[in-house]
Amino acid sequence: MNVMKTDNITMQFGGLTAVKNFNLELNKGEIVALIGPNGAGKTTAFNMITGVYTPTKGRVLFNEKSIIEGKEAVKEKDITGLRPDQITGLGIARTFQNIRLFKDLSVLDNVLIANHLRVNSNVFEAIFKLPRYKREEKQMIEKSLNLLEKVGLAEHRDEKSNSLPYGQQRRLEIARALATDPSILLLDEPAAGMNPKETDDLTAFIKRIRDEFDLTVFMIEHHMQVVMGISNRIYVLDYGITIAQGNPYEIQNNQRVIEAYLGVDEDA
Amino acid sequence: MKRNTIFTIAAIIVLGIFVFVANTTFDSYILRILNLCAIYTVLGLSMNLINGFTGLFSLGHAGFMAVGAYATALLTMPIATKQMNFFLVPLISPLDKIVWPFLPALLLGGLLSAFVAFLIGAPVLRLKGDYLAIATLGFAEIIRVIFTNTQSITNGALGLKGIPGTTNLWWTFGIALFTIFIMVSLINSSYGRAFKAIREDEIAAESMGISLFKHKVLSFAIGAFFAGVGGGLLGNLIGAVDPLMFRFFLTFNVLLIIVLGGMGSITGTVISAFVVTIAQEFLRFLDEPMFPGVPALPGLRMVVFSALLMIVVLFFRHGLMGTREFSWDKLFGIFSKKPLAKGGTK
Repeated sequence: MNVMKTDNITMQFGGLTAVKNFNLELNKGEIVALIGPNGAGKTTAFNMITGVYTPTKGRVLFNEKSIIEGKEAVKEKDITGLRPDQITGLGIARTFQNIRLFKDLSVLDNVLIANHLRVNSNVFEAIFKLPRYKREEKQMIEKSLNLLEKVGLAEHRDEKSNSLPYGQQRRLEIARALATDPSILLLDEPAAGMNPKETDDLTAFIKRIRDEFDLTVFMIEHHMQVVMGISNRIYVLDYGITIAQGNPYEIQNNQRVIEAYLGVDEDA
Repeated sequence: MKRNTIFTIAAIIVLGIFVFVANTTFDSYILRILNLCAIYTVLGLSMNLINGFTGLFSLGHAGFMAVGAYATALLTMPIATKQMNFFLVPLISPLDKIVWPFLPALLLGGLLSAFVAFLIGAPVLRLKGDYLAIATLGFAEIIRVIFTNTQSITNGALGLKGIPGTTNLWWTFGIALFTIFIMVSLINSSYGRAFKAIREDEIAAESMGISLFKHKVLSFAIGAFFAGVGGGLLGNLIGAVDPLMFRFFLTFNVLLIIVLGGMGSITGTVISAFVVTIAQEFLRFLDEPMFPGVPALPGLRMVVFSALLMIVVLFFRHGLMGTREFSWDKLFGIFSKKPLAKGGTK
């Protein structure tokens, strides 16, 4: 069952086409990777899905779950051009290639902030600490501490987030994204700058949260070890064009992918 | 937790006794300074919410204060005084017949100011950084020009005189205390965290599901509300308002307070509001002739503050407190040698 798909999304910046006719389909529970050489348009594709850019052409479709008359119904919803916060509200959370934590705030605050979009109390209830807000605040803190426990950051909760080591900052960013209650998690180079040990941990970690939080994961990654190790399917972009898609084995043996990464021998 | 509540209540009682004693024994000069200290606390906190906590560099404070000051003055002035003031063009009805008590007038002044902030916030808050500063500065000037020209409401350049001097220490300290309570509560709530997230990183905040527009306008309107209340207190303290009072200079004074105290610190703003306001009075001798034969240099004392601001911006970017706050636990932590257990002693 697919949870999200894109219909020929294209992004043009002036005369440059960064991504052309990208067709993505995510099925529930999958881990899908997007790879490609530098400048291939991977992050642009991400930004179109998360609402940072509005695609020049094409549509992004999200299968919204709703409960109608006691039955779970799935409705396809066009989310092209919605604001990033609206898209997060629907259940698509992301992390960033260059870590974007709230640097001067504590680890716990970082996660608490991501709970804010689910707060129902208005600002007066929050200021005067009325019962509904108190209840929500308590739930929020419990949930956040629980998340920190799961990513192994519980003992650092009062530290400033930028005082954490790099690998833990990455984990915190994922924990923060999880706090928005997503059904789809988009990771932009989660293993960037990690040493082999941290990379192994991360691979296991992504699998674990996928199962635990019932997620569908879509990630951009350069570490082939990570990509080949956990992806169900892989999309390959080169100069904005999807040159291949398939399972890890197919991708590893795809001639065009090898050419894109290693170049073509002109004498041959 | 419980100990801290007791100390807070005790501190408020001590403050109450101080206000009572001050009100009965101090002369009017000192009372005026104390009143101004408390009013600048309210103004500083309101600007700090917008500039320090939400990271919106707004310079429109004088405009919000003008709205609050005029609204409060017009609502509280007795009918006879209104007739005396508006001798060129009569005051439009029904304003010429309304006389409200001070508190509802102040609240309406604040609400009106918040409403104006909402109206201009919608277009202006799409801007960032310097552009936002210029746009809000322009807004404050526009308000001032409008008030100079709407003679049948504001009495134009003549201003309003004979505003009842209702403002006293109870009002100013009471409202300052109320503002501190609201700000502390707001900043530590989920909404306050959302404001801080916007300050830290707008892109990350938005992708965490925080609607930038909604929260920026909210912060702007709450800040403007308290700016309006502060303006109302100021008008009814001085007894006269005119458009020239609300020039950029007034905004600069408040900005000076929050920069010196620390952008993003409530404690810093309160301390700085008192220090700056009192220092402005004590440095008055600089404006007078100091040496025989050398003429006086009016405005010299403001040079001190401008220099101070430059020093702070260059060398102490975080001001007095940075983003730190006062707490009883920290205070007792200084005195007791043993480090406190996490969350303070029970």
